Amino acid sequence: MKKYIATRCVTMFGILLITLLITIMLVGSNMDTILKQGIVFQVRSEIIENPAIGESFSSVKDFEAFIQDRTDERIKHLGLDEPWYSPQRIGLTMYKIILLDFGQATFLTSDSGSSDVKDIILEKLPRTILLFTSATIIISIIGIFVGALSASKIGSIIDRITSSFAIISSSFPVWWIGMLMIFLFAFTYQIFPARATPDIPASSPEYLGALLYHMTLPLITIVMIGFGSWAYLVRNFMVGIMQEDFIMAKKTMGINQSRITYTHALKNAAPPIITILALSLSGSLGGAIITEAVFDWPGMGRLYFEAITVMDLPVIIGATYILTVFFLVSVFIADLLYGYFDPRIRSSTDE
Amino acid sequence: MSNITPQEIKKEFLKSKMGIAGITILTILISISIITIIIIPVETFQEWNNPGSWITYPKAAIPVWINLFLIEKIPEHRILTEPSIQKISNNEINLSSYQFDINYNYDQFPNDFIYSYLLEYSGSPLLQMSVIRPDGIKLELISTSLPYSNLKIIHNDRIFSTDAMIKKELILQSEEFKFKIDNLSVEDIIFSKTESNELLKGDYIFSINVYEVNEESKIVESNLIIGGKAFGIMGTDELRRDLAIGLLWGTPLALFIGLVVSIASVIMGLMYGVYAGFKGKKTDETMMRFNDVLYALPALPFLIILSVTISNSIFMMVGFLMIFGWVGIAKVARSMSLQIKTRGYVEAATMMGQKDSKMILKHILPQLLPYAFASVAISVPAAITTEAGLSFLGLGDPSFPTWGQILHDANTFGAAARGLWWWIVPPGIMIAITGLAFVFIGNALDAIVNPKLKR
Repeated sequence: MKKYIATRCVTMFGILLITLLITIMLVGSNMDTILKQGIVFQVRSEIIENPAIGESFSSVKDFEAFIQDRTDERIKHLGLDEPWYSPQRIGLTMYKIILLDFGQATFLTSDSGSSDVKDIILEKLPRTILLFTSATIIISIIGIFVGALSASKIGSIIDRITSSFAIISSSFPVWWIGMLMIFLFAFTYQIFPARATPDIPASSPEYLGALLYHMTLPLITIVMIGFGSWAYLVRNFMVGIMQEDFIMAKKTMGINQSRITYTHALKNAAPPIITILALSLSGSLGGAIITEAVFDWPGMGRLYFEAITVMDLPVIIGATYILTVFFLVSVFIADLLYGYFDPRIRSSTDE
Repeated sequence: MSNITPQEIKKEFLKSKMGIAGITILTILISISIITIIIIPVETFQEWNNPGSWITYPKAAIPVWINLFLIEKIPEHRILTEPSIQKISNNEINLSSYQFDINYNYDQFPNDFIYSYLLEYSGSPLLQMSVIRPDGIKLELISTSLPYSNLKIIHNDRIFSTDAMIKKELILQSEEFKFKIDNLSVEDIIFSKTESNELLKGDYIFSINVYEVNEESKIVESNLIIGGKAFGIMGTDELRRDLAIGLLWGTPLALFIGLVVSIASVIMGLMYGVYAGFKGKKTDETMMRFNDVLYALPALPFLIILSVTISNSIFMMVGFLMIFGWVGIAKVARSMSLQIKTRGYVEAATMMGQKDSKMILKHILPQLLPYAFASVAISVPAAITTEAGLSFLGLGDPSFPTWGQILHDANTFGAAARGLWWWIVPPGIMIAITGLAFVFIGNALDAIVNPKLKR
């Protein structure tokens, strides 16, 4: 078992590094171009602000050479003279990443004005957890309950409604439902705010209340679209278990139906349900980029999108790091839990 | 996974209501695509982003059929292209008269009107525009001579209702009206009752007369546009584009993206997984580790990075979606091929010295086909919604009117805030219906392939 965990951890670490390497490979060159343009712009604007520098040169050629020198100097200072794929730069970046030092963001800042990637992520992550993780928890609770209910009465009206709702809701994009909800409940009936970002500063005491109020509409939307497929999954697990012999035995013993459903069957359906819960909880941390964009929710998803559109490599790497780590760890935990709950699986992983 | 023959699958499939419903929807969507490709000229598709080609359409107009549910009828945007033409020659003066009949039965004044024409003439013809109202009153609107030309030229011009000349002309005829018309707009005067400034319903005749001396002009094009607030079956957007055309073109595009991505992913996944499972040992180990890496990549962020850094053309997008599509299928295909490998006949074939490629193609892949069909159907909706999502974020191919692109435009122009529901609802419903068709088919197939889920 120890050996298993050790190999898993090593593989996970390897996968994480490869993921980050791919990210750097994709974004690196564009990022360098943008940074260099930024430096040229910076140097020029400094000279425009300070006309004395310009007057001290007699010929245009000298002046241009001076600008070129200053630009080169800064590029060298930032280490941009080497291409992004040079071993030193990639090595340095990877080394820093391993030490959890994500460095400074190039363009983006946190609400409090810090450009430290760690600060930015620590500011956005709680908000995403607040919205998406609580939505996931609500979804799973409703989903398990409804799923168990329809599994106990297969073929009933409730079962049919659940199944068809699950299938239909799964084919609607959440963000489109989000647009509709905004259209209906923010503009036609002005119950909720259209933008999910509160207007008041984060430091004021009413902030939490405002945040919760702004959160209601996205939360309702996500839960509405999400719980159907959960209920359907739980139902299918339960149906599988209800056909097992031991349930039949319980039935012939005369234990009543609802007790069988909620204690015996649900307990046995627990392993896959817990696995899915672990996976969707970790998935929820990334927030849905598009959902956050629709509701303008200031979380990880929107941070990611903003970072990609302006090519802010440190932020992209930081966010990818966090998301991949959460994903890998939760897959790992899900596997362990599955083995713990279902001994039939354990024997094969011990090999 | 058991040995089901294609005939059995077909039989079972036709028994399932869901499968039939899915196939029906899909057939409708495919026929829409075919009709679109045949009937709607390809130019409209290429002109989607060219504002010039939509100039005669109204801005953000509501669908016409909404009038069926309203007591107060919203004026329809009318583009009249076929006037009745009359030619009268009197000695040396030639008169060509173009008449447009409009039955105006709405409850609001029109927004404006525009007369646009292409006239081939020489000399300097006189152009007169007048309207005969339902109450018989004839109002002169404009009378202007066209620029002189020695040779035959083609003159292209537009007369707008906002033209100051029309207003002046109308003020000269203000004795017809019993109220002050000085501060009203032209269309509010023309379409008004004489007693008070209320709408006069009925048949209006707009006539354009061209007088010439000794010459005869030829009209190439003559259009009268009565600007309204309702247009077409699906309405128009802020950029005056006819949403019906966008929605129709979106259908073949969505089917193309969905089917190509899912079929290619399934083929790649099957090949990869089966090969890894069949080979086993080291090969299997390395191939599956590579698979794990791809599996761990956060798909949507990476798709965004790829479309921003590499290209956002629709074909590249299809390729990117494939990269992330095959991973899960490969995993399942591998475990299935591991099971099949242990069966007696496969082992027998191995002992007989069959080639690997033959073994895979002949003995293992055919067993996986039912699963393959089910996964194609199941993975189509994901491909379509992901593409729509990327387009919605503004990362899609702007030259193609996909449904996601339409929704992106709707979001940028604040359609939700302005209550332009016809811009938001139909594209989403189309996405959902297309997804639903494949989900139905996929579920029906899945129930046959995995009989455990039935009941």
